[in-house]
Amino acid sequence: MIRYTGRRLLQAVPLLLGIVTLTFILLHLAPGDPTTAYFNPNIPPDILEQMRRNLGLDRPLPVQYLDWLRSFFTGHFGYSFSQHRPVAAVIGDALPNTLLLSGVSLVLIFVLGCAVGIVQAVRQYSALDQALTVGALTLYSIPGFWLGLMLILLVSTPAVSSWLHLPISGMTSIGHESMGAWGKLRDDARHLVLPTIALGLASAAGVARYMRGSMLEVIRQDYIRTARAKGLSEREVILRHALRNALLPVVTLLGLYLPLLFGGTVVIEVVFSWPGMGRLLYDGILARDYPVVMAATFLFGALVVAGNLASDLLYAAVDPRVRYGER
Amino acid sequence: MSGPERDPRAAEPVRPEGRAAVLADYLVPGARAALAGRAAGTAVLGAWVLLWGVAALRPGRVAATLRGGAVDEWVALATLVAGLAACLHAARRWLAPALHGAGGGSGPGGGPSDGGGGPVDWEAFGRHRQASIGLVLLGALVLVALLTPYLAPYDPNAQHAVVATRFLSPSLAHPLGTDRFGRDVLSRALYGARISLSIGFVAVAIAISIGTLVGAGAGMAGGVLDAVSMRGVDLLLSFPRLVLLIALVALFEPGIALVTLVLGVTGWMGTARIVRGQVLSIREEEYVQAARALGFGRWRVLTRHVLPNALTPVIVAATLGVGNTILAEAALSFLGLGVQPPTASWGNMVASGRDAMLHAWWIAAFPGVAIVLTVVSFNLVGDGLRDALDPRRAGGLR
Repeated sequence: MIRYTGRRLLQAVPLLLGIVTLTFILLHLAPGDPTTAYFNPNIPPDILEQMRRNLGLDRPLPVQYLDWLRSFFTGHFGYSFSQHRPVAAVIGDALPNTLLLSGVSLVLIFVLGCAVGIVQAVRQYSALDQALTVGALTLYSIPGFWLGLMLILLVSTPAVSSWLHLPISGMTSIGHESMGAWGKLRDDARHLVLPTIALGLASAAGVARYMRGSMLEVIRQDYIRTARAKGLSEREVILRHALRNALLPVVTLLGLYLPLLFGGTVVIEVVFSWPGMGRLLYDGILARDYPVVMAATFLFGALVVAGNLASDLLYAAVDPRVRYGER
Repeated sequence: MSGPERDPRAAEPVRPEGRAAVLADYLVPGARAALAGRAAGTAVLGAWVLLWGVAALRPGRVAATLRGGAVDEWVALATLVAGLAACLHAARRWLAPALHGAGGGSGPGGGPSDGGGGPVDWEAFGRHRQASIGLVLLGALVLVALLTPYLAPYDPNAQHAVVATRFLSPSLAHPLGTDRFGRDVLSRALYGARISLSIGFVAVAIAISIGTLVGAGAGMAGGVLDAVSMRGVDLLLSFPRLVLLIALVALFEPGIALVTLVLGVTGWMGTARIVRGQVLSIREEEYVQAARALGFGRWRVLTRHVLPNALTPVIVAATLGVGNTILAEAALSFLGLGVQPPTASWGNMVASGRDAMLHAWWIAAFPGVAIVLTVVSFNLVGDGLRDALDPRRAGGLR
């Protein structure tokens, strides 16, 4: 396992290097440079030149590239022109919020997806199974931003808001600081409900489809027949014998859905005014704040690489065939 | 998924075809097949009625086209004529022979433009109920998009007496209401269908071309080229697609052409992986070795022997890809980075309805329904194709 982990970690290094390089190329494809984009056009040319020198923009590209490369090891991502503070600080504020939102969504995706998939497999071809299949297919085709807006609409109608009062934007209510620890937690949780659903529901439908197939395949196997023949209850057969093996391939879905999840945070955070990385990226684009945009792009890529690594290691941990099967 | 629909050909005796039957086929094509319980007949009949309905509803606009119209009006007219002809053709060529037990293909139950042939098992596809529903939906959608100049009740960008006509709730005059500029939401949604569908199709065509080229190149060349290009694919796949799209779009002025290109350029990696895998396994097949032994060049072996056999999973990926691309385009346009107003796209329509949502829900709601319907039908057809292309799966499903 240690050797496998080491090899996987080594494989991630060139990928991260590639991500850094690609964001650098994108940054330099951008028309103009920070001095033309952010400063007053009336600034005299000689002062503009001084600014370019201060920002290191007059040096040869390879040197700038090495600088850019170093910045990702030191954490100095440059300076945000729209927020007038270091990019690292801007990201430091946003990253935890995005990790919270996507982490909770991930739990929803896999818990709900697996539960629905199991129910469908156990009741294969029943009316319930067919209804859930159609439902999953529809959910899978719903754009997250629209689902988010419709959820806001739903909780805003008088009929619903009279008994379910959910916040529709932001992370905290006014007066959050003065709440007790329990009150804060409750407030956070209430703000998380709608964005989590909007972000995760489509992927949960995807997981359900996959889980149904995986479970059906396992149920057909001999050892399940043996378990039934021993006289175990159906509940025990499914939950104790079949579930573990059916869950194995589902672990690999983690790698598949992470890019979708992080991409989804961009629109969901915009819809719900969630102060995270996606919103940061979006605001950065509107403000032409390239250092922020590229740092955010890099971080999203790095998050996906890390997530894929975690999913590979998790799969190897739960299924020994993987780590010994590879050369 | 359930309810075995047996082929009626097996049960019905061979009957000669009367004059009345031929006449019926020309007047109401598909009706006889529909009465015999064939879904394909119902689809043809539906298309026939829809097309005549359009012609009857807007005779003025059809006539105006003949007197000289814009390009999209000519396209609509051509669609109308070709669609009607296709209905007749379908009724006579493959519905009628099947009714009389004379064999003939059991075609897909969809739009009139669908051809047969290829590696797809249309029999399996036709029995796949979800897929048939998807294909009918898709056919209707494409028809509606092509016929939009005739169908749309209003000019999508017309604003008359804004104060009096804005934020009107759905009514007979405006079935889906009006937006904050007094524009008709239904007309805009119809024109949006053209934008979303064409961006989806063109972007996927770009993506499939790049993916096939890279995948086939990597698979045939092997060695360093293979390793390098596949690491490149890994690299691009480690960005969330939407993030990559946003970062790319930010470099240029947003617009339809840019969005299409960028969607194509960010969507080819999956295809490249599929094609490479296929090529690697097919390369070792005996018929490919035979072709090589005959002295055919690499290019000919690739294009004539390897690729045609590698493309089946690509068809499935492309179908599902159009749905995903439409979703991505909608997200970009929603963020204001895709199709720019006043050109209507479903994504930017939802965005424009966002602020007014609590008192004019219809502006944001209906374009979203259109997106869901479209993507659902692509997913239904994609799933059905996958089953039809893979006999093992198709058998297991039933």
